[in-house]
Order: sequence, then structure tokens, then C-alpha cells
Amino acid sequence: MDEGQRFQDVNRLLVRTGPLANNGNYGSIFPEHVPFEPSADILPFLRTAAQILVVGAGGLGCELLKDLALLGFGQIEVIDMDTIDVSNLNRQFLFRSKDVGRSKSQVAAEFVMRRVQGVKVTAHFCKIQDMDASFYRKFQIIVLGLDSIEARRWINSMVCSLVTYEAGPDGALTPDLSSVIPMIDGGTEGLKGHARVIFPRVSACFECTLDLFPPQVAVPLCTIAETPRNAAHCVLYAHLIQRDRDFPDSPRPDNDDPEYQQWVYLKAAERAAAFGISGVTLTQTQGVMKNIIPAIASTNAIISAMCAAEAFKIVTNCSAYLNNNAMYMGGEGLYTPTFCYERNPTCVACSTARVELAVSPGETLHALIERMVDDARLRFKAPSIRAEGGLRGDTLYMRGPLEAATRANLELPMRELVRDGASLIVTDPALPVNTTVIVRFSS
Amino acid sequence: MIKLFSLKQQKAEEEKAAAEGKTKASAGQIRMQKDLSELTLGKGVELEFHMGADNLMEFKVHVMPDDGMYKGGRFTFDFKVSPSYPHEPPKVLCETTVYHPNIDMEGHVCLNILREDWKPVLTINSVIYGLTFLMLEPNADDPLNKEAATMLEQNRKQFEQIVRRTLRGGQMKVGAQTYSFASLVRD
Ligand SMILES: [Zn+2]
Repeated sequence: MDEGQRFQDVNRLLVRTGPLANNGNYGSIFPEHVPFEPSADILPFLRTAAQILVVGAGGLGCELLKDLALLGFGQIEVIDMDTIDVSNLNRQFLFRSKDVGRSKSQVAAEFVMRRVQGVKVTAHFCKIQDMDASFYRKFQIIVLGLDSIEARRWINSMVCSLVTYEAGPDGALTPDLSSVIPMIDGGTEGLKGHARVIFPRVSACFECTLDLFPPQVAVPLCTIAETPRNAAHCVLYAHLIQRDRDFPDSPRPDNDDPEYQQWVYLKAAERAAAFGISGVTLTQTQGVMKNIIPAIASTNAIISAMCAAEAFKIVTNCSAYLNNNAMYMGGEGLYTPTFCYERNPTCVACSTARVELAVSPGETLHALIERMVDDARLRFKAPSIRAEGGLRGDTLYMRGPLEAATRANLELPMRELVRDGASLIVTDPALPVNTTVIVRFSS
Repeated sequence: MIKLFSLKQQKAEEEKAAAEGKTKASAGQIRMQKDLSELTLGKGVELEFHMGADNLMEFKVHVMPDDGMYKGGRFTFDFKVSPSYPHEPPKVLCETTVYHPNIDMEGHVCLNILREDWKPVLTINSVIYGLTFLMLEPNADDPLNKEAATMLEQNRKQFEQIVRRTLRGGQMKVGAQTYSFASLVRD
């Protein structure tokens, strides 16, 4: 199909304005609202210049890649560390049985490029943590199709760290909006899901609202050990207690190891029989061990469609966008409220203060600490300091049990501890969150 | 937004030169920096950073009770903290073989705040405090070592004697297996 024809409908939204277009009075969180300006340049921009990153090529990722490609995004990258498992084939529709064992991101990229011609999808078969700031910084927008809180926290903290600051006339630092990469987070759990828009350091980030994801309710170890009440307790007993007892000297096998899963299953079944509990099966065992939440194809489709539409609206500014969270509650009836999460003023990812400090390379750490304590902007009382990529290690000086081990650093000149431009992470008992101090060597 | 984005691209090019380390402190690491620097260790507790001062996420806590039936012993707990801390509690294992109702012979520890009662507002300090308390006041209510718990409940004196004996070292059969105890006290 010819490109002009394929994107004819999408383009109609971009070359003319209308009553539903974003006229700048709603949906824009930037202080100066930017009204939509229809233009024939927007589609080519979307096709060739706007770089979008899809994180995860699983249930949500497959849907997202398809949706984004059909919406006109022409430069897509996708990152996923997983390979295709036979159990993915029921909903991750870019994969076929011949692909089992191959990289999800690579197979998904090939499929979408084959199906939607003219789209370039670049696959990264690795962990998100394997990529550094220079990789993430090049994107205009990032869409998350993840199933773990840990991965979301990591990427959230990464995009927050990419925001640079500008000093106003009064010396106060404010986020430089051109360095803010909007992030859209989709998530599903059975018949429920959410789509959420995050402008790092401008609107509520993932870490701001972490309390909404309660920690996994862990069953007390003593219940598992003494009074199992259901099949899951039996699996957890074999997995968490009996394995260590039977193989005290061997390291814990990987949860994905099929041989180990089989062992846990057999032991759990024995225990279930002893306590008159039913329901232990191999699939159930794998589910408990890997903490699997049932995945439903239609929920993935709904959430991904929401996320892709928001990505399109934000990049083109053609329509007011989600502010800033939509829930999809399909479990009991159907209910889709939207509401706005507020920033948490003590968020460790996005509310930390950033201060630039001119440092003479010969100044000792001790002198620097004293100067920081005296600096009215910082309000430190007893700072502890670490630096990412420190020259003699990351921990520069810590109070508490590590004081003796780090005391010697106090007398060293800063040039022996960090490079110019280094970010010092400073915590202090007087302050609820850490402060980032950026070292600028002066001659 | 197009204006904004093209401006951003330009800036990104300029910033490419800025040197940047690949490692990035996780939120969990930053929280550990705060937790550890603000630790108030009571008497009878020592921390050991066996991986060096750079690794805040793995360390040992030695608990040396100055009272109770475990008095005079030195019990080592291995702490492993994941990047998800404090969303997830630290993983704690007792490395010293001990006869204790709430610690099994493989070192699993039954402490409510390490599992069902964990909350992100709790700190490493809370966990160390909990462990110290567990060594002062073993309780039969949450047994992980059923045999020890039953004995503590039915015959506290006999239980105490066995504990004191194991602290002097030697071997003892617990359940179906024989365990070696390190010699921790001489009395
Ligand atoms: Zn935040």
C-alpha cells in the first residue's frame, strides 16, 4: 500500500484543526500552552524524525508496535531481554511457533517492518539496564509495556535523571523543558489496566506514586513452614525452605530452570498430599514461583491502544492529551475513570534538588563538606556522599558504620575522587530526600 | 511540540560530548545510603561490609546479645538488599547455626517485618532492632523450628539448657539431621 494512502486518515488530523484539536487551553502541562498548529510537515516529521522507544516486546509491546506503526511513527526502537516462549503465542500475535526461542524484540521488529512497509523498527535484545543515558536521551517519547515494578522504577529514574536544569535570574534551577522526555506507562493485570502519562520532573512520576503498588503480600514464613492452607503455600515451602534444607551447599537455581520447577512441583505435591490439600500442578507451581498474573489479550489491546493514541497526541500536539492517568477496570462491570496524580514533594526520583557547585580541583573533600554545610541553598547538617563513577570508588564519605572505612577520603583533593561534571548524591539526616550536587571544576 | 522537539535534538547532539558513567544509582541504593548513614547501632551490634564500602546492598550484621539465653553468642545475619528496596524488604539469612524457635536450621528467619508486615517506611535500623529483639526474646508463637518452639513452650528451663549447650559448640540432632554448632561461649 502506498504511504500517502495508508496515512490519509491520520494525516487529516494533522493538516487541519477543529473543535477537538488541542487549542492550548487543556491538556498541556507546560506553563506556556502550545496550541496545535496544523501543518503538512507533521506527518513527515512523524515518519522520519520523531524517535520513539517501546520498552518491552511482550503482550503490551506487540500491540504497541503494531499501533504505533499504523499511526505513522516511522522510526521505532524496541528493547526487550526476553526470548519467545511457547506460552506467549496465545496473545503475543507477532510471534509464530517457529520463532520460539528467538529474541522477542528482533522477531517483533522484523514482523512489523514486513507488514507495514516504510517503517524502521530497530530491535535491542538486552536488558534496559544495559543501555545508558546517551541511548535513552535520543528519544522524543518513551512508551512502556512492562510487567515489573522494578523495571518501571529503573527507567523512571533514568528519564528523571536526563532532565537538565536552567538557572533563572534569581539563580533557582528549573527543569529545561526541552530535556523532558514524556513517558507513557501501560500496565495490565487480568481484566484491569492503566495508561498513564509522565513528564519527568514536571508531573507525577512513577516513583511519586509507588505507594499505589503495595508490596507483594508475602505469606509469613512460619505459616508456610507449619500450617499450609492452600496449594501456593505448598509450592512456597518447597521453593523457599525445603530446597535449602535438601541442598544446603548448592546455590539457588534459576526460577526459570525447568528441572528445578519439576523438583519444586514434585515436592509441593508430596506436601499437599500430606496436608490433604489439592490443586498443586506443574503450571500452578510455575505460576507461584514466577508470580505470574494472568494475561488477557483484550486488556493488552485496550491499554496499548490508549498508550499509542497518547503518544501520537503528545508528539503531534493534535489533540488534548491524558492528564495524567486512566484506569480500565473491566473485572466487575466496566469503569474507566481518569484522574490526575500529584507529584510527591519528597520523591527520590524527581523531587530531589540539584545544585551546581564550583569546586577547585585541589579542594579536599573535607573542605567541600564544610562549604556545603555553610551553603544556604543546601541546608546540610551531616552529609554522606556517594558519586556515580567515582575515581576511587563510589562511596566518598559515609556517616554511620562506614565512617571509619571512608574517613581517609576526607583529606584527598576532589580531583582524585571525581571527574569534572560528576554528580554527587548527598543524603543528610536533616533532609527527607537526597540532593544532587554537580561538581564544576574551576581553575 | 515540533519546535520543542527539534530544539531538543540539537541539544542532544551538543550534550553527547558530556562524559557520563554507565552505572546509575538506583532509588534503592540512594535510600540505603540514607538508611546506613543514619543507623544508630546499639551495643552488641556490628556491621561488616564484606564486599567493600562501595557495595551498600550486601553486608553482614553481627548480633551479640548481652542478656537472655543467647548471651555471649555472636550471630551473623547476611543481608541482601535488592534495587527495589524499600519497596521490597531486605533478604536476611542467619549464617550461624542456632537452636531457636524463630530461626530454622538452614538460617531462615521468621520476623514479621521481613515478610508480611514489611512497609517501605521501615528501615534497616528497624530490621536490626527486630533481630536483636529476636535473640533476646525467642517466642514460641511463630515457630520456624517447631521442635525448639514446642520445648520452649513446655519446658523453658530445659530449652535454655539446650541453647546454652549448643552455644558451647558440638553436635546435636534436630529433626532427622545432625547439625554442628560453632563454639561461641565458654562457661
Ligand atoms: Zn517523582
